[in-house]
Amino acid sequence: MSKNTERESVIRARSLTKKYKDFVAVDGIDFDVYRGESFGLLGPNGAGKSTTMKMITSVSQRTSGELTILGKEPNDQGPEIRAHLGVVPQKDMLDRELKVWENLVTYGRYFGLPRKWLKTKVEELLEFAQLTDKRNEKADDLSGGMQRRLAIARGLINEPEILLLDEPTTGLDPQARHILWDRLFRLKEQGVTLVLTTHYMDEAEQLCDRIIVMDKGKIMAEGSPAELIRDYSSREVVELRFGTDKNEGVAKQLEGKGDRIELLPDRILLYTDKGEALLTSILDSGLHPVTSLVRRSSLEDVFLRLTGRTLVD
Amino acid sequence: MITHALITQAVAIAEKRAKRPGASVYSGRAMVMIERALYAAKSSNWLIIVSGFVEPVLYLMAFGFGIGQLIGDIEDGSGNPVSYAAFIAPALLATSAMNGALYDATWNVFFKMHFGKVYQVMLSSSLGPMDVALGEISWALIRGATYSVGFMAIVAPLGLVTNAWGLLAIPAATLIAFGFASIGMAITSYMKNFQQMNWVNFFLLPMFLFSGTFFPVSVYPEWIQVIVKALPLCQGVDLVRSLMLGIIDINVLGHIAYFVVMIAVGLTFTTVRLKALFMR
Repeated sequence: MSKNTERESVIRARSLTKKYKDFVAVDGIDFDVYRGESFGLLGPNGAGKSTTMKMITSVSQRTSGELTILGKEPNDQGPEIRAHLGVVPQKDMLDRELKVWENLVTYGRYFGLPRKWLKTKVEELLEFAQLTDKRNEKADDLSGGMQRRLAIARGLINEPEILLLDEPTTGLDPQARHILWDRLFRLKEQGVTLVLTTHYMDEAEQLCDRIIVMDKGKIMAEGSPAELIRDYSSREVVELRFGTDKNEGVAKQLEGKGDRIELLPDRILLYTDKGEALLTSILDSGLHPVTSLVRRSSLEDVFLRLTGRTLVD
Repeated sequence: MITHALITQAVAIAEKRAKRPGASVYSGRAMVMIERALYAAKSSNWLIIVSGFVEPVLYLMAFGFGIGQLIGDIEDGSGNPVSYAAFIAPALLATSAMNGALYDATWNVFFKMHFGKVYQVMLSSSLGPMDVALGEISWALIRGATYSVGFMAIVAPLGLVTNAWGLLAIPAATLIAFGFASIGMAITSYMKNFQQMNWVNFFLLPMFLFSGTFFPVSVYPEWIQVIVKALPLCQGVDLVRSLMLGIIDINVLGHIAYFVVMIAVGLTFTTVRLKALFMR
């Protein structure tokens, strides 16, 4: 776990719980987000990530537990808290009837920012989002990557200290994702605290200093991506495919090889610190996988270890 | 580039604005919703907007001057003879205020709520649900008031406004538009699908035909009169007709009170509903 006691906690949650009738969406979680860091909530759909984000935005009231954002109480200081936050919702939720620049201006006006001030701010943000030449297009006519960048620019209109991003790159192609990650890195360099949810492991590894892994409303683990991989997985993974109907039989023979074995419907995973050596010994023992692969351990493996399930199903 | 001091100028402004008492419900910025609506209106379909205004004019031509020729003068409700066109013109003015208000407060609001997701985004800024409700309702009433001004501009030169009180028909129509916008948005906020939205239209047509629009409600049996007089359009028709025909009595205040209550009820329900839908 990170040693962050001397740092300023900007979001603090203790036994934070949200119930919708009988369904417990968030089940008594504890975490802190520190100023300037990039904090990830990682988990599959329905893990409680978005609900947690909504409670931080103070548009959803917690059922019980404690939650403070910048020392403020969301139950009665909602608008004040939101004045400090930038929100980039899942699916962008842009104002489709408006042009690109109008989206930015109107959103700034919702915060009560003066028009004159917004004029220069909008130019700055258009440039940051690489949308200057698209300023007069309808938001609806932009590509997916551009819409997401516009949503981020919109979230930055009030110069927030904390930027909340719900699934920032879901549905984007690899190139658009990389452009977006680059923009988020820049924000972090400027001292903006980032809080993001994702179900992409590579995204969490790329962007986050610290992660909580959530499943079914609970926190399964917490730490930096490297710490989590070290604590919950091995250095390397050998992936073997013998064919769907054979995997299970072969897995029994492989019992005892490596530190740990996981049998998935389509493949067998063997966890070890020396992948190549293990693979060679398996091939030498007369087994012939259809495909084999040695790779570094990822957060995907951490999640599998913690929950027994894969992340994207 | 974007600079981030500990608390920036923008956050300071936004936070100061957010510190008003009751800001979680109403931040006092309903006006910015109108600004947004103006941006959106620039690119909306003007033909649809104009058609809403033309409809009552067509009714006036067909019924007032067409069928009116066959009917001749009728009794205005206080014993004086009045041309049929002058009798229905106030009713059509009230109707045009209603149509204008409902156009935005029902279908447009329904789309924004279920497809545009505009309100969720507004409520994640420091706007409160009542800002959204009041802003949208105000925009709808502006359209209603505009329709009625346009209608007046056609009716007055035709000599259908017979006295000075008639000038008050415009503020009255604005009040009517406010009432319909308010209750219309409240009802729309409870609608889940298109079928339910169609019930609104199903209710509006008979209300338009039978609210004393084309003939006095005194033709009905007593008990039906009680029901019809409770309908909002009938209240509006009576109010505008009293003003345009100069029949000023205590009933005018009663009609005004009716719309004030309608506005308050609609605004309250809309605010509560927005909170329940998007802030749970």
